[in-house]
Amino acid sequence: MKQTVKRIPMPVRYLINTVLIALLVFGSTAYVNGGGVSGYITKVLMVIGINIILAVSLNVATGYLGQLPLGHAGFMAVGAYTGGIFLKAVNASELGGAGYAAAIAAALVLSGLVAAFFGIIIGVPALRLRGDYLAIITLGFGEIIRVVLTNIDDLLGFKLTYGASGLKRIPKITSYFNVLVCVVLTCLVIHLIMKSRHGRAILAIRENEIAAESCGVRTTYYKVMAFTLSAFFAGVAGCLYAGYLGSLQPTTFGFMKSIEILVMVVLGGMGSMLGSILSAITLTALPEALRAFEDYRMVAYSLVLVLVMIFKPTGLMGQYDFSLSRILEKLLNLGKKSKKEG
Amino acid sequence: MLKVEGIDVFYGNIHAVRQISFSVEQGEIVTLIGANGAGKSTILNTVSGLLRPKNGTVTFEGRRIDHLPPHKVLTFGLAQVPEGRRIFSRMTVEENLEMGGYTRPGAECAGALEDVYRRFPRLAERRRQIAGTLSGGEQQMLAMGRALMAKPKLLMLDEPSMGLAPLLVEQIFEIIKELHAAGTTILLVEQNAQMALSVADRAYVLETGRIVMEGAAAALLEDDKVRSAYLGS
Repeated sequence: MKQTVKRIPMPVRYLINTVLIALLVFGSTAYVNGGGVSGYITKVLMVIGINIILAVSLNVATGYLGQLPLGHAGFMAVGAYTGGIFLKAVNASELGGAGYAAAIAAALVLSGLVAAFFGIIIGVPALRLRGDYLAIITLGFGEIIRVVLTNIDDLLGFKLTYGASGLKRIPKITSYFNVLVCVVLTCLVIHLIMKSRHGRAILAIRENEIAAESCGVRTTYYKVMAFTLSAFFAGVAGCLYAGYLGSLQPTTFGFMKSIEILVMVVLGGMGSMLGSILSAITLTALPEALRAFEDYRMVAYSLVLVLVMIFKPTGLMGQYDFSLSRILEKLLNLGKKSKKEG
Repeated sequence: MLKVEGIDVFYGNIHAVRQISFSVEQGEIVTLIGANGAGKSTILNTVSGLLRPKNGTVTFEGRRIDHLPPHKVLTFGLAQVPEGRRIFSRMTVEENLEMGGYTRPGAECAGALEDVYRRFPRLAERRRQIAGTLSGGEQQMLAMGRALMAKPKLLMLDEPSMGLAPLLVEQIFEIIKELHAAGTTILLVEQNAQMALSVADRAYVLETGRIVMEGAAAALLEDDKVRSAYLGS
């Protein structure tokens, strides 16, 4: 007996997903802006969004490409300072309407591009190395960025970064809405790339570099591309962070920040975007929820990590990725099956 | 078809391949045999562009390829089945094969995929299976199928018998013969000299990076020196 499986055609899938995402973005923004949640919760939501972008972008280099870079905070710092300096220079908070939106968009893109540029510079030499060596060299990069930002306060006579005292009075451009839009765009772009032949090449490199090379994949090119993509979105997240906080301290972007992001990726499951998103939410919300038990929250945090690594070493989601259409299809076919039986 | 002239290959300071020259003509099966560390795989990797020779030239159909990266070499029609199979273990069988056709346009791939499935019905049965869960023999078939996806003029096989049970080795060599009969030129690297010499037209015997003997495979199979050194009789 030939089993017919109901499938949702591709255009309909896209339509359903687009509508749902639009509903989520505009609906939740209206709710948040309408005073549905407290200012504190809104801030936590914004941090969650920024962390989602960081985790999803690091997942490209760690989960999909299979490398272990430890300098993600460095790229974030580059993006944050670029965005901060740019926003101050154009005086974004004085602009109105379209100018304001354009300034934000320009700041985000510029931050991403500068971070991506650093991604290429670091990626080309670093990706010749593997495993621990790559970890060390990217770790070094992150620290260099931090140390440079701490010690240099002007460049060619322009006072830009203000050294150890930090970059202050950055226009606070980050809102719940633009964080959410950035999260959606980040996930969308990364998803589309990973589903394309470029994505397949990146996965092949993770599986077996020599085999990928003998299949005609330009391994160096794709490694640098994945690394740069990862850096780009880290830069975008950095810019959002600058616009969220309004001031930047070089110490924020230390080694521990990189580790924090890495933990999110590993906990969620390397190579699963859904995992990165969920664990970014959990690991941001958990310390906030545990704020009442100030002394114990780091204990609880570490405990969660240890337990997950013992009982689910591949991370919460493993390699699983969420597909709404797949679930809908399952439901459709489920109804059919039971009808047949009945 | 393929002409290798006087190549020297180094790993750092280690001189792995010394002044090696050999050739493969259209329609032949040529085998390089020799013990562990003789430099067989190094030679294949040099031809496919994974390694660079320090001196000497590699020409394929009149074009020099010794300075080209692997993805360029592949588009000229030289595909390699790497040593130890090296399949993409967390991808499905079909995804593995699709990776093999990576350098070719999608429409051609669909046809090539059908060809591979016709040659390896076992792979067709398991097209949705995760490649890492295949048996050793099936993985070797998958690795060969993957290389065939590029529709190579010259197929280079690096130790296809490695780690396989004798029965499976027979099977793999049957497939090699079939591929050859279908018109693929084959360069075969093997430790299993007996099997390799029995299918090949010509052979080169390697010892510590040098060619010490060459000739028709049938003649080498009868040669006393080869018999005592590699065939254990």
